[in-house]
Amino acid sequence: MSDFTQRAPIALNDPTLRRNFRRAMDGLMSKRAAQFADPAAWAALRERGAMAKARAVARLPELLEQLEAKCTANGIHVHWAETTAQANAIVLGILQKAGAKKVIKGKSMVSEEMELNHFLEGHGIKAVESDLGEYIIQLAHEAPSHIVMPCIHKNKGEIAQLFADNIDGLGYTEDVDALTAAARRVLRDEFATADAGISGVNVAVAETGTLVLVENEGNGRLSTTLPPLHIALMGIEKLAETLDDVAPLLSLLPRSATGQPITTYVNMITSPRKPGEKDGPQAVHLVLLDSGRSRVYADEQLRDTLRCIRCGACMNHCPVYTRVGGHTYKFVYPGPIGKILTPQLEGLDCAGDQPHASTLCNACVEVCPVKIPLADLLVRLRTESVHSGHSQAVKGAGSRRSLHETLSWRGWQFMYAHPWAYGLATRLMARLGNLIPAKAPLMRQWTSVRTKPKFAGKTLHELARDKGFDHE
Amino acid sequence: MSDPARLRRPETVYFFGTCVIDLFYPGAGLAGMELLKRQGLRVVFPPDQSCCGQPARNSGYLDEARAVALRQIAAFPNDWPVVVPSGSCAGMMKTHYPDLFEGRPEYSKAKAFSARVFELTDFLVNVLDIKLEDKGEPVRVTWHGSCHSMREMGVVDQPKSLLRQLSNVTLVENPREKECCGFGGTFAVRQPEISAAMVTDKVAAIEETGTSQVLSGDCGCLMNINGALEKAGKAIHGRHIAEFLLERTSGQGGK
Amino acid sequence: MSETARANILGRLRAARRTSIPALPAWDAPAYAVDERIGRFCQLLETLHAEVHRVTEAGWPQQLRTVLAGRAASLMVAPETESGRRLAADWSQDAPRLVPYDRPVEEMKTTLVHGVDAGLTTAVAGIAETGTLVLWPDAAEPRLLSLLPPIHVALVRASTVVDNLPELMRDQGWSSRMPTNVVLVSGPSKTADIEQTLAYGVHGPKELVVLVIED
Repeated sequence: MSDFTQRAPIALNDPTLRRNFRRAMDGLMSKRAAQFADPAAWAALRERGAMAKARAVARLPELLEQLEAKCTANGIHVHWAETTAQANAIVLGILQKAGAKKVIKGKSMVSEEMELNHFLEGHGIKAVESDLGEYIIQLAHEAPSHIVMPCIHKNKGEIAQLFADNIDGLGYTEDVDALTAAARRVLRDEFATADAGISGVNVAVAETGTLVLVENEGNGRLSTTLPPLHIALMGIEKLAETLDDVAPLLSLLPRSATGQPITTYVNMITSPRKPGEKDGPQAVHLVLLDSGRSRVYADEQLRDTLRCIRCGACMNHCPVYTRVGGHTYKFVYPGPIGKILTPQLEGLDCAGDQPHASTLCNACVEVCPVKIPLADLLVRLRTESVHSGHSQAVKGAGSRRSLHETLSWRGWQFMYAHPWAYGLATRLMARLGNLIPAKAPLMRQWTSVRTKPKFAGKTLHELARDKGFDHE
Repeated sequence: MSDPARLRRPETVYFFGTCVIDLFYPGAGLAGMELLKRQGLRVVFPPDQSCCGQPARNSGYLDEARAVALRQIAAFPNDWPVVVPSGSCAGMMKTHYPDLFEGRPEYSKAKAFSARVFELTDFLVNVLDIKLEDKGEPVRVTWHGSCHSMREMGVVDQPKSLLRQLSNVTLVENPREKECCGFGGTFAVRQPEISAAMVTDKVAAIEETGTSQVLSGDCGCLMNINGALEKAGKAIHGRHIAEFLLERTSGQGGK
Repeated sequence: MSETARANILGRLRAARRTSIPALPAWDAPAYAVDERIGRFCQLLETLHAEVHRVTEAGWPQQLRTVLAGRAASLMVAPETESGRRLAADWSQDAPRLVPYDRPVEEMKTTLVHGVDAGLTTAVAGIAETGTLVLWPDAAEPRLLSLLPPIHVALVRASTVVDNLPELMRDQGWSSRMPTNVVLVSGPSKTADIEQTLAYGVHGPKELVVLVIED
């Protein structure tokens, strides 16, 4: 069992963390809203993007083969990994063959899934994160708390202290330009001396074998251009059928993520350095990681999970994520997308409480640029978590089933499906309900910050009859 | 909207009271029915109704939810609109009944039923084109939009447009109007700490408006918000919009 | 290992029940009136923290010298490009020193990483919707020229500015001729990772100067 519910109060009782997230999420929500101010334009673009991803998911096996064929023809080496362990071994093999001792990394959530840095360190290869946010949390020995803005949980003061402690010659300063310049200085040398660059992929275009990466800092371009070797890591679902799909997805992604119309850089890589070209890596490798995704694919409803373009809008708008932050989720993907993805990748037995950590408020559904029905999928996973047998779709199905809960819902059904039972029970509750003590089970949780609900004395059923409303 | 029921004014409507209103806010249910009646409609309250089934559906107990849903569908047999004073219960019946029965023999029945479901304020505005005359004293109020009302039923401006019809009512925008209050049915007891944090923030935002009343179209939210307001000793009180509208148009105290 | 993995992954995907492939809905990226296109392009670039100058074909080298005066001691150019040749033929003594990017990166790394102040590239197009330069690096104009020097100067001809990316991809037939690398650039390198406060030049150029050649 994961202990999301137990961990939540730690974050809730940390006022600095609460403030950091609240401020950040408020800013991101208003910036996104400004980007999609025209509802008709948003609807049309969103439908185009959603269908591009829906088609890519529907045609996934043949598109993966097409991507492989195109990349190979373009000179990119394609590797397949079923598990993160296999992916790590593939990366290590490539690096060892090249004699690489140090890699510089662009941002990659797949590499977080693989815990690649830790793995490489264990094999004597230094992995340096170069995205500023990733660099900060690497210094702090932490995991990302957001899939787009990994160090969003930290404020300036915390980062200033971290830099003062870790960067030679830099005193404590909260000046953001000075902090940024210090990181540039340190990382520039790392770039110049790295033996390989590792990056993620935002969209891989099957039609042309092109890897599209978006970023603002330039570290992604550096990681994929300056070192002699580039290894790109991607989940098998990050596909688009054609180059035509790239523009709508590029329009949706940064606007949804950070409220910017376009990222500073859109980097489209189609091959390694060609003869006569003066720079770019001599070799480019693409590692396609499954790690549970093909299992998600097996179920027609759950398959929609694989449309995700990792913009993070769902977490930015999630009232639960905003209050507990990313680390409470413990797994790589937090927020609403994490609540549906993690139980599918890791199993309901170890992450089965996550689908329940939602009010089903639909704020995520409203903003998802590719129309993933997140709330319906949460309900589906809740269903799977308490039922086994009728479906093998999700690992750990039925692991949260309890006799007590099953009987409670059976009882609930009996009462609400039999008008005589309902009438009797509600008339009794209306009269006696206020006698329930505030410390009774369930009432205790409710009354922590609320007074007891007040039963009205007479039900609407009774009052409607008294007032002469027609019964039929 | 292409629902045929929107095009013309019916003579008779059903009223689905909801289980929360039945036990905790029957006054809101009566007010809703009275508002409809004053528009010249015959309002029918079938006694066999209970709950839309959302608690079971949202908890993953779909068979149980289906059994209760079928009982509701059976309780509203005639081809009259079903008016619901809750965006959340209406959302369950409108959008999730068809999902629940997809691929089952009852699907067409569920689909036909769902097409007749209306949220109360939406019905007042878009079907009845109601005209309200304010008979109350000047008052400042704020609005809490329920998540399912807004995001499943598309009811965002309808209730506020009703409030704007009232000449002596000043509607103060709630800075966090669209943020979930943290109720979420069983969520409030499954994740009590997170729910508490959410409702505490909601109450603070309501307090910021400087009004004396917060209105909403959903009694689940109101139970949560009112409980927290009362526990924190705030002078603000939450009410269902139906009660408020009825009181304003009847003159003070005219419930 | 990879072969088995490939077979297993594709096998599982193929074993799953197929769903229908939805149709792609029509969608048009924003278009602009001819007379507002360039204005929008320049204005957006400025909003994105770029410095924009509208220049003539004859006058851009002089404008470049003015722009760099006092800011850069050296300017890296691609000597085999049209702009590189023009500068080599006619540059002035008191202007920043021209450094040619004329050998493979392995032989020029130190200069590139630490040794030049500015780099000059020519965009193949501009995009009005987003204020974007389209760079199409090749054997003559290397990729790092627009990335490592702290100041990136880009030439773009007004006639090449289009409304949006789909139009450009279609008109230039990208899908059949994708090069090693295409880069869309919209402003200087930036980050907001520290408290969502914008800071420029975190890894790439701190300054982007765009010379729009009216042609």
